[in-house]
Amino acid sequence: MRSALGGGLGLQLELHFSAMQKTMDPYDAPESTPRQHPSCSLKEYFLAATPLQRRLESVRKQATSFVPTPPRRRIPQRSQLQEDVDPQKVAFLLHKQWTLYSLTPLYKFSYTNLKEYSRLLSAFITAEKQKGLAVEVGEDCNIKVVFSTLLGVKGTQSDPEAVLVQILSKPQLPSEDREAKALWTGWFCCVFGDGLLETVSEDFTCLPLFLANGAESNTAIIGTWFQKTFDCYFSPLAINAFNLSWMAAMWTACKMDRYVAATEFLWSVPCSPQSLDISYAIHPEDAKALWDSVHRTPGEVTQEEVDLFMDCLSSHFYRHFRIHLSATRLVRVSTSVASAHTDGKIKIICHKYLIGVLAYLTELAIFQIE
Amino acid sequence: MHAVMMPQKTGKNYQAQNRPSQGSSSYQTNLSACEVKQKPSDSKENNPMQDDEHADDQDGDVLQIAMEYFEKDPIRSLRSKDKILEKHLITVENVAWKNGLAPETIDILLNVALSGRFGNAVNTRILKCLIPATLISEDSVVKAVSWLCVGKCSGSTKVLFYRWLIAMFDFIDHKEQINLLYGFFFASLQDDVLCPYVCHLLYLLTKKENVKPFRVRKLLDLQAKMGMQPHLQALLSVYKFFVPTLISVSLPVRKKIYFKNSENLWKTALLAVRQRNQGLCPEPRKLMLGPANIRPLKRKWNSHSIIPVLNSSSHTTECGKKEMNLSEYLSSSGSLPLEQLQRFPQLLENIHCLELPSQMGSVLNNSLLLHYINCIRDESVLLRLYHWLSQTLQEECVWYKVNNYENGKEFASFLDTIIRAESFLHEGFYSCEAFLYKSLPLWDGFCCRSQVLQLVSWIPFNNFSEMKPLLFDHLAHLFFTSTIYFKCSIIESLKELLQNWLLWLSKDIHVKPVTDSPLDTSLCESMNSVFKLVHYVGWLSTIGMRLESNSTFLMHFILDFFETACDIYLIYNLPLVVLFPRAIFYSALFTLDASILNQLCYIMHRYHKNLTAAKKNELIQKAKSKLSFSSKTYKEFNCCLTTMVGCLWTSKPFKKGIRFSPETLEKLGVEEHKRSLNLVYHSSLLGYAVSFLLQETPEEKTINLSSIQGKKWNLYLDYLFSEELQGLKLFIESCIRRSSVS
Repeated sequence: MRSALGGGLGLQLELHFSAMQKTMDPYDAPESTPRQHPSCSLKEYFLAATPLQRRLESVRKQATSFVPTPPRRRIPQRSQLQEDVDPQKVAFLLHKQWTLYSLTPLYKFSYTNLKEYSRLLSAFITAEKQKGLAVEVGEDCNIKVVFSTLLGVKGTQSDPEAVLVQILSKPQLPSEDREAKALWTGWFCCVFGDGLLETVSEDFTCLPLFLANGAESNTAIIGTWFQKTFDCYFSPLAINAFNLSWMAAMWTACKMDRYVAATEFLWSVPCSPQSLDISYAIHPEDAKALWDSVHRTPGEVTQEEVDLFMDCLSSHFYRHFRIHLSATRLVRVSTSVASAHTDGKIKIICHKYLIGVLAYLTELAIFQIE
Repeated sequence: MHAVMMPQKTGKNYQAQNRPSQGSSSYQTNLSACEVKQKPSDSKENNPMQDDEHADDQDGDVLQIAMEYFEKDPIRSLRSKDKILEKHLITVENVAWKNGLAPETIDILLNVALSGRFGNAVNTRILKCLIPATLISEDSVVKAVSWLCVGKCSGSTKVLFYRWLIAMFDFIDHKEQINLLYGFFFASLQDDVLCPYVCHLLYLLTKKENVKPFRVRKLLDLQAKMGMQPHLQALLSVYKFFVPTLISVSLPVRKKIYFKNSENLWKTALLAVRQRNQGLCPEPRKLMLGPANIRPLKRKWNSHSIIPVLNSSSHTTECGKKEMNLSEYLSSSGSLPLEQLQRFPQLLENIHCLELPSQMGSVLNNSLLLHYINCIRDESVLLRLYHWLSQTLQEECVWYKVNNYENGKEFASFLDTIIRAESFLHEGFYSCEAFLYKSLPLWDGFCCRSQVLQLVSWIPFNNFSEMKPLLFDHLAHLFFTSTIYFKCSIIESLKELLQNWLLWLSKDIHVKPVTDSPLDTSLCESMNSVFKLVHYVGWLSTIGMRLESNSTFLMHFILDFFETACDIYLIYNLPLVVLFPRAIFYSALFTLDASILNQLCYIMHRYHKNLTAAKKNELIQKAKSKLSFSSKTYKEFNCCLTTMVGCLWTSKPFKKGIRFSPETLEKLGVEEHKRSLNLVYHSSLLGYAVSFLLQETPEEKTINLSSIQGKKWNLYLDYLFSEELQGLKLFIESCIRRSSVS
C-alpha cells in the first residue's frame, strides 16, 4: 500500500510483504547498543614501541565496543578530492553497486609492479577457470587483467593510492574493433586511514576498504590470489543498523545543489512466516529541514544528534501508523549522496561527497580488522 | 659365550662390514648373553636366539656363494640353467626379505638384472628382492641407469626398476649424482608407459635449479597431448612450488593421490628397513601436524581449510623485479623452499636463508616453522600472523553469527590447532587475546567451552586491572551462573593462566641483567597484577563455595589453584606471597574430607616455607629490597597457623577470633568442643582414628577414642602418615615441634 501523508513532513509509506522469508542478517548478531570508550585513565602497559604493540593497545582500548565509537564525526565536505584526480575514473566509480569488504594490510605490495601483477593474476584466473589444468604464465587467454591506480582517491597525503583492478574480456576476433568489456571491477582504497597506518611497518600497504562489482565467483578468485600473494585477509563488510543511522544523518547533513532522489529508509520486521519490509520515503528537503532542527554543532555530527534525528523520524511514523520503528531493524538507507544496504552493498551517487562516504567506510573497515 | 663368537663369525662373512643387522644382532647377542648368565641352567638347545644366529651365519655363507655365482660366472650360469640359478635366487630372496642386502650385493644384483643376461622372469625376481639392509649406494643407481640407455632390458623391467627406485628413494645415500641425470629422466617422459613412474621419480628428485622454462613448456605440451593426468599435475605443482611465477596451476580442491602406490611390492620390507634405520635418523614425527590433519571443507573462498596450505613465499622472485628475468630464478637457489624443510637440523642449517611462507597462517600446522617464528623477532612476520589469525578467528567464530552453529566442529578443531601451537610455543598469541576480549562478552559459556577456557589460560601476561573489565568481569558472570563443573573448569584454567604468567615472569626476570637500580617499577607492577589475579580467584572461590554449598569437588580445584599460588616465592623466584581468603581456609579446615584437609596442610606448609624464606632473604638484603612483604601477610598467616595448630594439635581452638560463651556451648551439647577438632576427633579423620584403634586392638568391642594420647598419639600419627596423608606429615614436621608432645 502507498499513502501520501500531509503534515509537517511529506512522507510516503510503502509496506512490502516480501515473498520469501528473509533470514536474519548473519552479521547482525553481535550488534549492541553503543558503549562509551573505556576510561582513558587506564595506565598504558605498553610503551607503544613496535607496531604490533601499538596495534594491540588500540585493540584493548576498543575491545569493549562493537561499533566504532567516536562521539562525533565531521560532516563530509565538498571538494575534498585531490586535484590530480581523473574525473573519468571517478565517474566510473559512481552509480554502481559495490559489495564491501575489509582487507588487512597487504604485505610487500608494490606500486611499481602493477604490470607484473596483471600478468600473474590473469594467468591465475585462467588456471582457476580451467580447474586442474596448468597454464603457462603469459600465455594468451581471452581475458585481460588491468591494474591501475586511482589517483587522488584518498583523504590525506599519507594515505596510499587507491588501486583499481579490472577484468576485461578480449574481443574474440582481432579484427573487431569494439572496446573490451569489463567483466569485473574491484578497487582498494584508504581514505583517512591514519589510525591504521600508524600500527603497521613499512612492509605493509594499508588499503583496508575493498569494493567489488561483478560476479562473486570472480571476486572469490581474485580475493584468493590477493590473499595468497600478499598474505592479507578479506572479510565481507556488513553495515549494521547503528552505522546505517549514522550514514543517514551524515548524508542528510550534506549540502546539495540539487537532489536527485528521495531520502528513503527500509525497515525490516522479522515476523513469521513472511518478513515485512517497511519503506519510508521522505522528500530530501524535508529530511534536511528535520536535520537542521536537531543539528547543533556546526560541521560535525554527534551521537546525540543521530539518535535524535532517527527518533524524530520514528515518532512521526508512529503518530501516523502506530508502528514502533524502534522495534524493527533498519536495513537500507538511500539519499542523494549515496545508498547503503546492511548486507554491505553501497552505491555512491554524488561525486562531490565521494571522499566523505569513503572516509566513513574506511573507518568501518578499519574497525573490522582491528 | 656365543656372544663373543658372533662378531668373528660375521667377520668372515661376505658382507661383513656392511651387514645391516650387525648392530641389532650384536644387541640381541648381548641380551642373550645376559640371559645365559642369569639362567645358567638353560641348555643351549633351548635358546632360540642361537638357532637364529646359526641360521644367519649359514645364510651369509650361502649368499656369498650365490653372489659369486651371479658376479663372476655369467656364461656358465646360462649353461647350467635353472637348477643352480633357482637355488641361488632362493637364497638371495630369503636373505633379502629377512635381513636386507648390503650395498655391494645390491650393486651386483642390479647389474645382473638390468644387463639383460637372464630372462624377464629372473630380472623381475631379482628386482623384487632388492631390499636394502640399511642404505643403497648412489653409484649403483647411476650404474643401473646407464644400463637403461643400452637398451638391453625390456620395457617391463624398466618399469619395475623405476618403481623400485621410487620405493627405495629414501634409502639412497646421496642424490647429487642422480640429480645430474635429471635431463635423462626428463627425456624418458616421452615414453608413455614409463611416464607416470618417471613423473613420480622427478617429483622426488626435482630441485629448484631443475625447474627450467623449456621443461615447463615440455610438460605443458605433454599435458595438452595426454590430458589432465594426476602424475603430470603433481610434477607441475612441484615446479610451481619452486618457481611460482613460471606456471600457474590450480590444483583440484581435494588433494588427489597423484601416484599409484609404487611401493606396495615392498611395503612390508620398507617398514622393516625403516625400523632398522630408525636409530640412524630419528625424526620429530610426533610434532609434525601435517596439513592432512585439517579436514578439507567446502568454503567459498579459501577452498581447502581454514588454515592456508604451506607455500613458499613468492615475494622474493615475484615482486622484486619489473620484468621477469628467466635466468634469475635459476641462480636464486641459495634459499631453502619450505616444502623441503622436514627436519630440525635442516632448520638450523638454513635458518638464515629460509623462504617464509606466502601465507603466514600456514605456520600453525608446521612445528618447525613455529620454532622459527618463536626465535625470530621480525615484526612483520608477527604482524602478518596477527592479522591473519585475528580475522580468521573473527570470521569463523560460531557465536558471532546466527545459524552458524553447523560449523561448530570445524571452529573447535581450528581452536584446537591454535592451542596446540600455543602450548608448543609456551606462549599465547596476541590475536587470541584480542579475540577473547571481543568475543567473550557474547559467549554463551557452552560452545567450544574447553577450547575457550584453554585460550584464556594462554593469555599473555598483562596488566590485570586493564584486563578485568575486558575479560575477568565477563568470566565472573559466567562463573556465577553456571554449573559446578563449569566453575571447576574456570578455576582450573585460571590456575593454568597463573602458572603461565609466573613462568613467563620468572623467565623475564632472569633474562634481565641484574642491576642495582631500585627494583624497577615494572616488576612491582607485574607483581601487583599477579597479586590481583590471585585475589580475584580467591574472590571467585569464596562466592563459588557459598553458591555450591561447600562442595568438596569444587574445593579440590580451588586448593589446586592455591597450591600454585602459595609457592610463587620459592618455585618461581618472584617476590610475592599471597594468602588465600579466610573463607577458603575455614571451609577447608572444617571439611569432612580427609584429602581436602591434607591438601590444606600441604598448602600451609608451603606458605610457611615461602614466608620463612622471604623473611630470611629480607634480613640479609634489607637495604636492597624495596619489595618487602607487608607485615599483614605474616600476621594473617600466623593467625591461620595458630588456629590450625590449635584445632588439630593442641586442642585449644580459637583462642583468638571466634569465641562462644560457655552457656551457648552447653546448649549445643558440645562441652568437649575443644577436643573435637583435633587429629582424632576431626570429622574428616574420625574414620582413621577408629580404624587405627581397631588395628591396634582388634578384639576390643568398645572403642575409646580418648585413649589416643601420649605414646599412642605418636603411633596414631605414624598410622596417619602411612595412609598417604603426606601434606599432613609435612605440615606437622615443619610447623609443629613434636618434642613438646612426646
